[in-house]
Amino acid sequence: MSSNTAPNWGKIANDPDFIALQRAKRRFIVPATIFFLTYYMALPVMVGFWPETMKQPVWGKVNWAYLFALSQFIMTWVLAAMYVRVARRWDVMNAKLLAKFGY
Amino acid sequence: MFLFLAQAAAAEQKTGFKFTPAFWMFSAFVALTLVITWFSARKATGSAAYFAAGRSIKGWQNGLAVAGDYMSAASFLGISGIICLKGYDGFMYSVGFLVAYLTVLFLVAEPLRNAGKYTMADLLAYRMSPRPVRAMASLSTLVVSTFYMIAQMVGAGGIIEKLIGIPYAPAVIGVGVLMLIYVVFGGMLATTWVQIIKAILLMGGAFALSIMVLGKYNYSIGSFFDAVSAADYAGSKAPVNLLNPGMAYGVTEANPYGNWDFISLALGLVLGTAGLPHILVRFYTVPDAKTARVSVVWATAIIGVFYVLTTFFGFGAATILKMSDIPLDLAGKPNGNMVAPILAQVLGGDYFFAFISAVAFATILAVVAGLTMSASTSFAHDFYTNVLHHGKVKTVGEEVRVARITAFFVGAVSIGLAIKLGSSVNAAMLVGLAFAVAASANLPVILFSIFWKRFNTTGAVSGLVVGLVSSIVLILLSKNGINKLHPIFPLTNPGIVSIPLGFLGAWLGTILSAPDPNAEAKFAELNVRAQTGLGAEKASSGH
Repeated sequence: MSSNTAPNWGKIANDPDFIALQRAKRRFIVPATIFFLTYYMALPVMVGFWPETMKQPVWGKVNWAYLFALSQFIMTWVLAAMYVRVARRWDVMNAKLLAKFGY
Repeated sequence: MFLFLAQAAAAEQKTGFKFTPAFWMFSAFVALTLVITWFSARKATGSAAYFAAGRSIKGWQNGLAVAGDYMSAASFLGISGIICLKGYDGFMYSVGFLVAYLTVLFLVAEPLRNAGKYTMADLLAYRMSPRPVRAMASLSTLVVSTFYMIAQMVGAGGIIEKLIGIPYAPAVIGVGVLMLIYVVFGGMLATTWVQIIKAILLMGGAFALSIMVLGKYNYSIGSFFDAVSAADYAGSKAPVNLLNPGMAYGVTEANPYGNWDFISLALGLVLGTAGLPHILVRFYTVPDAKTARVSVVWATAIIGVFYVLTTFFGFGAATILKMSDIPLDLAGKPNGNMVAPILAQVLGGDYFFAFISAVAFATILAVVAGLTMSASTSFAHDFYTNVLHHGKVKTVGEEVRVARITAFFVGAVSIGLAIKLGSSVNAAMLVGLAFAVAASANLPVILFSIFWKRFNTTGAVSGLVVGLVSSIVLILLSKNGINKLHPIFPLTNPGIVSIPLGFLGAWLGTILSAPDPNAEAKFAELNVRAQTGLGAEKASSGH
């Protein structure tokens, strides 16, 4: 740390680079969150209200219900990997921002 | 050596203890973890060390530890049991428990690490008036931890009961004593390393069980699913298609809101992890937010694989085991919690049974230790130091000492409750309730604290109170609560009602009370800290 005094939080909060960082984060996190919550909750809704459809076998004896559940795992892994990738860019933006203030 | 074995045999005759291979395998593992505890006790000096493992745990290590913490009695014992007995509906637990990590990853993990100190309440108290917020947060942590802990103790009691032959109550007490040794002498570091070892063993056990199950079907997944679709418990029941939803939460005359209950459960599961104090506290053991992120991703990968495997040893158990293999509780209901170890016994004999039981037991032991850790930390740090003593402690070791004393009492209470409830309750179901409480009480205030400038103390307290009270009351009014035959609330999981109520309580409490200029002024600081990591507590040992 380069200074002994507390950081000027207000100054940093109003800095255009900080605002840009926040915006960049929101651009991923908001749609991603809406997506995964919707995709996930679709499972109990479909299974609960259209059970006969979900019981239809698709591949051998495996039915839609099970496949839909399995796809949730894939979705989770894919989204986690995407997050890690995009977060690396945020780290770079963050480092630049902090360097600007001498940290 | 022979003299010792002879004495053991004699003792066996006298007390009815069974000194089986399982018992020795057990003891070996327990001894190993005690050794780790002893070594870490020598390293643990000071609050940072005791509470947060010196913040020196690496990303993948913490990922394993989080995974280990997560794959508790509920995941291993409870889920395999509920899938075996109730089919697809049980698999929802696997899905929900995993997807919940996205909530953690996207919304909570990094901001928390950047802004916090030891507990969730540290985040809340950043901008708000510390005393009321910390008091409520402490209470909420204790309640959630208790639910979770009872689930673990129930699982432990069942295992040890079958394994060694001692009755349920002494089994639970024994677990409690061991757990206390961990926590009181080792703190967070011990439980972290125990979790790591345990996670590796658990994955090994899960793979082994799955491979053996598939082996029965000549490693053909098609044949496996064919058998599951006509599961007849090795001939002891009429065939039923376990892949079909509805066995537990289907809409029937007796259960007209079954599908709503299912939605309620799902909602609680996906939002609960982000509000679990004993998971959140693990993010403070890594040096920085980026490592926290890495650890969540590792945990998601490991836990995901594990839950996919529950397909095999969960559904598979119903095709391999006979109904008579599954022990009954005192009321005559099959005890699903014992399905996984018994499957191991049927497939791999006594030694495999010994291994799986030891792993399950280690699972429970470590999670109980972690839970006690977070509950006692919360009390010592949030209540004692900050609420009663206004942030000042008289001596350096005082907070640590209070935590240790709290751990003792928390352990005693949970032992008592577990014994009172008995071995009949499914561990996954109990944990599902803990998740609902966490999602209702903790998550709304965590999120509003990080993201909403206008959020104030009144909002935080009302959010915690409304979330906690609504979820607890609805649980008590449900089939699992006070009036089992004529429940007032038709759902077993309160999530769909209490989670929105928690958010509503926090929101209304805020907008209906005066704006807090202090809280809003500090938002800039919290926001910058949470988003950039500036000023975050670093590793205490020069990493």
